[in-house]
Amino acid sequence: MSVRLSTGGRLIDRATEISFSFNGARLKGYAGDTLASALLGSDQMLVGRSFKYHRPRGIVASGAEEPNALVNMGEGARFEPNQRATTTELFAGLSATSQNHWPSLEFDVGALNAKLSRFLPAGFYYKMFIHPRSFWKHVYEPFIRQSAGLGRAPDSEDADSYEHFHLHTDVVVVGGGIAGLLAARAAAVTGAKVLLMEQTAHWGGRAPVDGGLVDGQPVGDYIDALVRELSEMPNVTLRLRCMASGVYDHGYLLGYERVRDHQPGAPGPRHRLWRVRAKQIVTATGAIERPLSFAGNDVPGVMLASAVRDYLVNYAVSAGKRVIVATNNDDGYRTAIALKQAGQEVLRILDARETGGGALMAEARRLGIRIDCGRAIGKVSGGKRVKKVQICAYAGAGGALEEVACDAVAMSGGWSPVVHLWSHCGGKLTWDAEQAYFRPDATRAPTGADGQPYVVPAGSANGVMMLDAICGDAVEAGRAAAKAAGYKLKKAAAIEAEPAPETPIEPVWMMPRDARVQLRMKAWLDYQNDVKVSDVQLAAREGYESVEHTKRYTTLGMATDQGKLSNINGLATLADALGAEIPAVGTTTFRPPYTPISMGAIGGEARGAVFQPLRRTAMHGWHEKNGADWEPVGHWRRPYAFARSGESVHDAVMREVKNTRENVGLLDASTLGKILVKGPDAGKFLDLLYTNMMSSLKPGKCRYGLMCNENGFLVDDGVVARIDDETFLCHTTTGGADRIHAHMEEWLQTEWWDMQVYAANLTEQYAQVAVVGPKARMLLEKLGGMDVSAETFPFMTWQDGTLGGFDVRAYRISFSGELSYEIAVPTAQGLAFWEALVAAGKEFGIMPYGTEALHIMRAEKGFIMIGDETDGTIIPQDLGLNWAISKKKEDFLGKRAQERAHMTDPNRWKLVGLETLDGAVLPDGAYAVAEGVNPNGQRNTQGRVTSTYYSPTLCKGIAMGLVLKGPERMGEVIEFPGTDGTVFKARIVDPVFYDKDGEKQNV
Amino acid sequence: MKRYSAFAIAREALRFHTGWERAWRSPEPRRRYDVVIVGAGGHGLATAYYLGKNFGITNVAVIEKGWLGGGNTGRNTTIIRSNYLQDPSAAIYEKARSLYETLSQDLNYNVMFSPRGVIMLAQTHHEVRGYQRTAHANALQGVTTEWISPERVKELVPIIRLDGPRYPVMGGLWQARGGTARHDAVAWGYARACSAMGMDIIQKCEVTGVRTEGGKVRGVDTTKGPIDCGKLGIVVAGHSSHLAEMGGFRLPIESVALQALVSEPIKPCMDVVVMANTVHGYMSQSDKGEMVIGGGTDGFNNYTQRGSFHHIEETVRALIETFPMISRLKMLRQWGGIVDMTGDRSPILSKTPVEGVFVNCGWGTGGFKAIPGSGWAMAELMAKGHSPLTADFGLDRFREGRFIDESVAAGVAH
Ligand SMILES: Cc1cc2nc3c(=O)[nH]c(=O)nc-3n(C[C@H](O)[C@H](O)[C@H](O)COP(=O)(O)OP(=O)(O)OC[C@H]3O[C@@H](n4cnc5c(N)ncnc54)[C@H](O)[C@@H]3O)c2cc1C
Repeated sequence: MSVRLSTGGRLIDRATEISFSFNGARLKGYAGDTLASALLGSDQMLVGRSFKYHRPRGIVASGAEEPNALVNMGEGARFEPNQRATTTELFAGLSATSQNHWPSLEFDVGALNAKLSRFLPAGFYYKMFIHPRSFWKHVYEPFIRQSAGLGRAPDSEDADSYEHFHLHTDVVVVGGGIAGLLAARAAAVTGAKVLLMEQTAHWGGRAPVDGGLVDGQPVGDYIDALVRELSEMPNVTLRLRCMASGVYDHGYLLGYERVRDHQPGAPGPRHRLWRVRAKQIVTATGAIERPLSFAGNDVPGVMLASAVRDYLVNYAVSAGKRVIVATNNDDGYRTAIALKQAGQEVLRILDARETGGGALMAEARRLGIRIDCGRAIGKVSGGKRVKKVQICAYAGAGGALEEVACDAVAMSGGWSPVVHLWSHCGGKLTWDAEQAYFRPDATRAPTGADGQPYVVPAGSANGVMMLDAICGDAVEAGRAAAKAAGYKLKKAAAIEAEPAPETPIEPVWMMPRDARVQLRMKAWLDYQNDVKVSDVQLAAREGYESVEHTKRYTTLGMATDQGKLSNINGLATLADALGAEIPAVGTTTFRPPYTPISMGAIGGEARGAVFQPLRRTAMHGWHEKNGADWEPVGHWRRPYAFARSGESVHDAVMREVKNTRENVGLLDASTLGKILVKGPDAGKFLDLLYTNMMSSLKPGKCRYGLMCNENGFLVDDGVVARIDDETFLCHTTTGGADRIHAHMEEWLQTEWWDMQVYAANLTEQYAQVAVVGPKARMLLEKLGGMDVSAETFPFMTWQDGTLGGFDVRAYRISFSGELSYEIAVPTAQGLAFWEALVAAGKEFGIMPYGTEALHIMRAEKGFIMIGDETDGTIIPQDLGLNWAISKKKEDFLGKRAQERAHMTDPNRWKLVGLETLDGAVLPDGAYAVAEGVNPNGQRNTQGRVTSTYYSPTLCKGIAMGLVLKGPERMGEVIEFPGTDGTVFKARIVDPVFYDKDGEKQNV
Repeated sequence: MKRYSAFAIAREALRFHTGWERAWRSPEPRRRYDVVIVGAGGHGLATAYYLGKNFGITNVAVIEKGWLGGGNTGRNTTIIRSNYLQDPSAAIYEKARSLYETLSQDLNYNVMFSPRGVIMLAQTHHEVRGYQRTAHANALQGVTTEWISPERVKELVPIIRLDGPRYPVMGGLWQARGGTARHDAVAWGYARACSAMGMDIIQKCEVTGVRTEGGKVRGVDTTKGPIDCGKLGIVVAGHSSHLAEMGGFRLPIESVALQALVSEPIKPCMDVVVMANTVHGYMSQSDKGEMVIGGGTDGFNNYTQRGSFHHIEETVRALIETFPMISRLKMLRQWGGIVDMTGDRSPILSKTPVEGVFVNCGWGTGGFKAIPGSGWAMAELMAKGHSPLTADFGLDRFREGRFIDESVAAGVAH
């Protein structure tokens, strides 16, 4: 049983008791505890169930590598599944529940899977559930889904906020252990700007637990002084609770700061994502202990030796009262010694090595601990907590020599450097056979844009495990990083740490070495995903030989801990099964994040209303007050219609069309793109960009133009006004403004860089209002100012002047077929101008109209709409726009493409009008069918609807469409099936339904 | 090949699973094969499989530079649908989807095809119209899809937010028999079946050259020596341009990184696949319980199989808008694959300027769903010289301007 000791615990404050709940039970811990230490302190050995077999599981580790102790935490809008107890700081009122069981943690029906585990080896589902076919979706899969998964799904919107923080720095040091602190100081004394981040809430890492002397001081004291020194340096930023989650190209690093996880509800963001661009990154990320693979190594109470030590020293929690230590290296002895010194009983140290260890063994023996060399654990039994251990010879098949009752097992299989960040961006590893681990290969570091390495590993993350060597290595790493970041090095005094030589590890991948299959089937590699030694061996036998195959086939290392405990053991097992060397088998790829980071943090501040920038025209607020039914168009919102109270949106649209055709309407056209193109070569440039000739346009005049891409497809249209000899203003579609500006820039910068032209996007500089309808001129005359008469201001011209006291630029252009002026004013005056028009227009029956009325009116007039009649596959010739394609120009974008075989094919579908025989509205997007089917059995088609509306002007449905040889088939009736079985018959007609001769717009 | 079944598992359990045979052999290459396929991804393996199954051509080698299924086939988000707009696309994707329906039985390997349904959300008027058009097209193509209301969307996806402040859900295009499958199992199942037909799958063997004589293919050079062949199929996704270069021709392909990520596993909360194109992200829940998430491609070409964080950020942000609850889930792992993009975003299944050399590539961001259909069609093309399913996907279309543009529904906003 695990207990809280009455003294000790360097991180807890016994004066502050904290109450929390686990599965409804009220428990107590101390300030400074983690949830894991508090649970162990309350003898809560059983904390969860495994993924596949629903085996009872306890805490095995003390940090980010923990695979078992995942809990549901919090409630409602602050609920979160899969919180790792070992990295969760205890706070008052914390409420946690265990996961993945039904009906309860103690009695889990799913544990039936464990009884059947023999029938459920790795990959069993690839071989089963094949018949009958429909059972996979309806029976097997739902069952598997239900028993898989871990925590509950959150069901509410997140109540917390998140933020991003951007930083450029010289050096980031990851890891606040002795190596990270020393590296940070070594870099900082050169003057380099240093950011040091540590994932836990404490500086110092393992060293204060493991002990030792540095410069004659106990390492804990030395670290305290070092932290004080660093916190006083102006060029150093220190961050606790901040994990480096990933290293990306060119020195980009993500830090994940858990600002408020330990104080939920406190003001401020919950998580902060540090987006850092560093010249150099030092990874002082330490090492992680490996479990040993023996039968029953997953029974609650079997823990990593280092974790046992951590809980003891940091939190005064003993994993058990009667502990057995199993090890293959000297470090395991430290745990035995610490336990013994804390007054706990250490029944045995089982050292797999025939001759045992060195100085630490002697020390343990001096303390009176019994040490059995060449011995191993044959099997741990106990179910929900450790009850006894069978001891056997390491070199053997597992014949029990002895059975010992105990309540905890501390295991040490050696250490593996944390090489994740080194590897994220391409750093390579080398297998150190002597120490039995992969460490960074300094000759194959990740390189930046300049081809130079930008990640420097330090300390145990670099495979340097002894305190004295770590100190030297860390200082070197810090200096190397500073130097690479461009700082001058001064001589540094050497740091002296007391050497503590150890006897080499002897790799142990299965305990006992030649374990019987029955034992191998109970020896866990990946705790969470329930992958055992036998599973990896099975994968190898079946030919899943690549590590990646084995990983995927068995799910080894794919759990939430991403194999921090299991990977090396797993691939050593694989290598053994294949008869290959470990380095030949290699590792799987390390991918960010180092440990899982919240989606909230990734999203940052941008959520809800500020998810994306919202672009507002000057009149946006007015529209909102006047019933605008919004339509998102790019990042803008445009009023779809202005519904009055009691009026449906559809009725509003009908009213707006009618009123505009009969009286006068106002459209906010500010969102249309306005790109100024200026320079001596502006005309030449536009001639290449547009299909028509723009250089011949006279100042004061407007021309409708088409733009195609290199493939000949129509991509945008709009009116171009020539301002003066060297200046044009190009109108684009709303959605096209940014795209077309970028398109212009691309050509100017990459192909026609010799042209003297610049393009500026003025879209937001002007508010633009379309004043449309037979009474438009009367309205403008009433406002007074410029002469808007037909004679001085004819169609397709523009003028600068004043109207109602506003400085305006007015264009006489029309997209509705009515008498129409588009009037631009500086954005700041947009609202005032709009309101002036509304006020003055009262007597003429003025009403604002939205995008839908605009669409209907243009369709009545047979004007095409980019995005409706075009879809990226349409050339102007398809739309009968040949008149807008210059025949005189030698070249323009799309010209050559439009000469290709498929573009000149007489069988292309061409623009026509469509009218149903009964006046009904054709369904949007419907296809016209033709006889028969194609070689793939699909119904043949001969056209499709591109725009379709009810026209209040003509009181019937009207549509535009593309039809095979359409213009040659006027009057013919074709059929459009709907998706519900109805068939619409429509006659092919001229696409101009209204005012064919243009009398209205030209008045 | 010993058949897999629950009975076989029980039998093997009794002898502690010591009796399972290898899923596929790992042979050394022979001197010559009738057909060599380069690339043991899903498409390469499926091509080989249908060459054997439909045309009796089994003297085939599939050559893979890494491990089989280790390219995009093992990296994708496994969405299967066939609700494409253009006829040629709908034909080949629907062929593939329908083959997926029975693939587990056909291969005697559970590929876990799960027709859980796919919704493509419409969040602007423009998208509504685009998907309605697709629904019309699908009806005539024999692809069963349906335009559904926001209420129905909510019924199918309880965790969705319909009335987000920026892009409310206006409906969706629903393909009930779209879904997902287990990507590795698709590659492994085909590999096992190919191996059982006597084909050689040669892993850790890189093709380094294409040997031709008088405009005809003779064989390939590999890191395991030269191998002769009568016909050569190049099926290497992001590396197609390299292989084409070895054959002395060029392909209109750009290679870019496409990324994906998964959350930690949670209990089932979403049965269907949801794609949100306006905000640009899509999500499904795997059988393990992870939320599987994908988004857009990086804006620059590269071969690194990892991408920039910025895309992940945009994708996750978009999905938090659509599914606010995921804000409190954690990203477990992100990764990338190099996808082979053509100008019209449609694949190339084609003869090439070199006689006897065929290419199958350009599946870009969406070729997992096509694997069985593509293999079926490619096998026909290689065996007979033509196939109705590949007829429109030839290389000549780029010269003629006969593009098959699927980005149409997402055209431009007015
Ligand atoms: C992140 C991501 C998400 C995706 N999501 C989806 C999705 O949801 N739905 C969907 O339908 N599609 C999706 N895709 C696309 C899909 O994965 C691919 O289109 C498909 O898997 C391609 O299969 P393939 O067999 O052509 O290529 P790959 O699987 O990439 O196989 C090509 C093989 O060729 C090998 N090769 C290359 N060069 C050589 C050489 N010189 N010699 C020998 N071998 C060589 C490679 O090693 C590789 O194994 C996604 C892709 C990615 C990257």
